[in-house]
Amino acid sequence: MEIIQIVGIGLIATILTLVIREQKPIFAFVLAAFTGIYLFLFLIGKIDAVMKVLENLANRSGIPSVYMSTILKIIGIAYIAEFGAQIVRDAGQDSIASKIEFAGKVLILVMAVPIISIIVETVLNLLPAGG
Amino acid sequence: MDISAIFQIAGIGIIIAMIHTVLKQMGKEDMAHWVTLIGFVVVLFMVVRLLNDLFQEIKTIFLFQ
Repeated sequence: MEIIQIVGIGLIATILTLVIREQKPIFAFVLAAFTGIYLFLFLIGKIDAVMKVLENLANRSGIPSVYMSTILKIIGIAYIAEFGAQIVRDAGQDSIASKIEFAGKVLILVMAVPIISIIVETVLNLLPAGG
Repeated sequence: MDISAIFQIAGIGIIIAMIHTVLKQMGKEDMAHWVTLIGFVVVLFMVVRLLNDLFQEIKTIFLFQ
């Protein structure tokens, strides 16, 4: 029952953050960031197991590993960008947070360009010649 | 790095706030600000170390490095 641990950590950290915010807001921010990182580390082992299964399935079904690694990289970028944006947003810097999210989207788009071009090529091959 | 680090950070924050108040009462404003800064740097070190761990994990899982 790890969910109980996680909720407990979250509640305790929230209360401590509220207590400290009265005195020193910057420590409250650091505490919130630390809690977020800790919970993420808590979960990353589980994510690892799921990713291993996905990789295994992809290898068995003969999907080219380029696609799989691209998708995994995109998921990783999405996680990191979301995480950073939320921490920065907690600190009250909405503009920086939205820039981080924007950067994540652009980097994901860059990663996806090879796949998109492969799709376009496939569609063009399906079309009758000269059409 | 385990869960007690959360309590450590909270404790450092409260103690620093206390020291800050005491030093301010004594009329040593500049010392109070230095204490706050040093406490913040100590706490930031803990967070950055954990953040480094997190990014390494994410790299090994998602980015195949």
